[in-house]
Amino acid sequence: MALERFTRDHEYVRIDGDVAVVGITRHAAEQLGDVVFVEVPEAGRKLKAGEAAGVVESVKAASDVFSPVGGEVIEANGELTANPQWVNEEPEGKAWFFKVRIADRSEIDKLLDRTAYEAFLKESA
Amino acid sequence: MKRTPLYDLHAALGAKMVPFAGYEMPVHYPLGVLKEHLHTRAKAGLFDVSHMGQAVLVSDDGRYETVARALEALVPADVLGLKPGRQRYSQLTNPGGGIIDDLMITRPLEAARAGTLYLVVNAARKEVDFEHIAASLPKGVRLEPEPDRALIAVQGPLAKDIMARFSPDATRLNFMAACTTSLRSFACRVSRSGYTGEDGFEISLAGVDAVPLARLLLAEEGIEPIGLGARDSLRLEAGLCLYGHDIDETTSPVEAALAWSIQKRRREEGGFPGWDRIRSELAHGPKRLRVGIRPDGRAPAREGTEILSPSGVPIGRITSGGFGPTVNGPVAMGYVPASLAARDTAVSLLVRGKPLPGRIVDLPFVPNRYFRP
Repeated sequence: MALERFTRDHEYVRIDGDVAVVGITRHAAEQLGDVVFVEVPEAGRKLKAGEAAGVVESVKAASDVFSPVGGEVIEANGELTANPQWVNEEPEGKAWFFKVRIADRSEIDKLLDRTAYEAFLKESA
Repeated sequence: MKRTPLYDLHAALGAKMVPFAGYEMPVHYPLGVLKEHLHTRAKAGLFDVSHMGQAVLVSDDGRYETVARALEALVPADVLGLKPGRQRYSQLTNPGGGIIDDLMITRPLEAARAGTLYLVVNAARKEVDFEHIAASLPKGVRLEPEPDRALIAVQGPLAKDIMARFSPDATRLNFMAACTTSLRSFACRVSRSGYTGEDGFEISLAGVDAVPLARLLLAEEGIEPIGLGARDSLRLEAGLCLYGHDIDETTSPVEAALAWSIQKRRREEGGFPGWDRIRSELAHGPKRLRVGIRPDGRAPAREGTEILSPSGVPIGRITSGGFGPTVNGPVAMGYVPASLAARDTAVSLLVRGKPLPGRIVDLPFVPNRYFRP
């Protein structure tokens, strides 16, 4: 069972072994509205935790997607760039952005679990 | 924060409200910006534009010439030549030829209103405009703001069928024509105009009547409430300027590609603020020009994006840009040197530090469908 973590910038990360799958949360997708453009990082790119790695744009606004953990991008979701509306349809499913091989597992401890993320959403509402 | 007379209706319809020009306005309803945009082009949309500034210019002597000449001292449009029941788009210009605001000017059809003109200006500029106009008027002409009136736009290919069920008079209007009529029991000033590029109507009425009329209109088949988000993408695809973005106190009407709104007599006679610059730009061409720009890829180039020549030299900035739902791709407008403004000229758009290719295109992005039989 993969470990789920969240950031205050509304990314989720699903961790399985040393691989993290990164995307934006359902809450973020709902706030953005209809997503019309997505940019994902190239495989092989080395990311620091908190670095802007992707872009998601709706008809309303453009947002960066930050990598919650540092490491090398091992795969990007090329199908998502051709189907940006997936972010609205299944933000935490087929609309993942990229996979990172985690360099430093201690970074995971700085992220929020689902309960803490949902509490954060309530606080900021 | 101010509210329009339709505020409670927006809330009841589930709108997401945002601050805009000092008002709490609906940015979208549950349908969302994209579907609201497409719905307006396919069927019909209802827009609350009551935040805009409405006013009447009145001459004490009841003569049209008096009020028209007073306004001609402030705008480059031919107001004297406006026929009863017709309207014109123009700009309030400053002495340097920049644009204080853009506005709609309507000459009432009714003989009883002979010495008056109806004005509609932008929400964010209404205080500035009204002060400027009032301070510039000659004796015997006065400006009467109408803060208690609402303004509702009905836009889209089904607009005329919907309006026909309320007022046959309204559907006999051509594009940029206006009349006074009753919609059911509500006294309204109706014009065949809008801000979407579609056929449509703008309805001015007493604020207290706005919710009942809007509810009746929304009960019709094929019409949905549309928020400011889609209003912006619709006007961008239609190539229409947004004040404070595409035009401001530094841009002249000629640079903004609005020279079509300056009629022949005014070009020759002048008599409005900024004529020196505008005359010179009409004769020799402006230094820069507002153009349409299509990024080649899928990435939108937003307002503020730097425009470069293909070799990387900065030549201008995007003033409005985003995703065009009907175009199904990114669309933008911006200013470039007039020498680089020709259709199909290649440009480069600096998006998040990366130069993306694009090209100059004719405006509008979507052909307009105004009712001009």
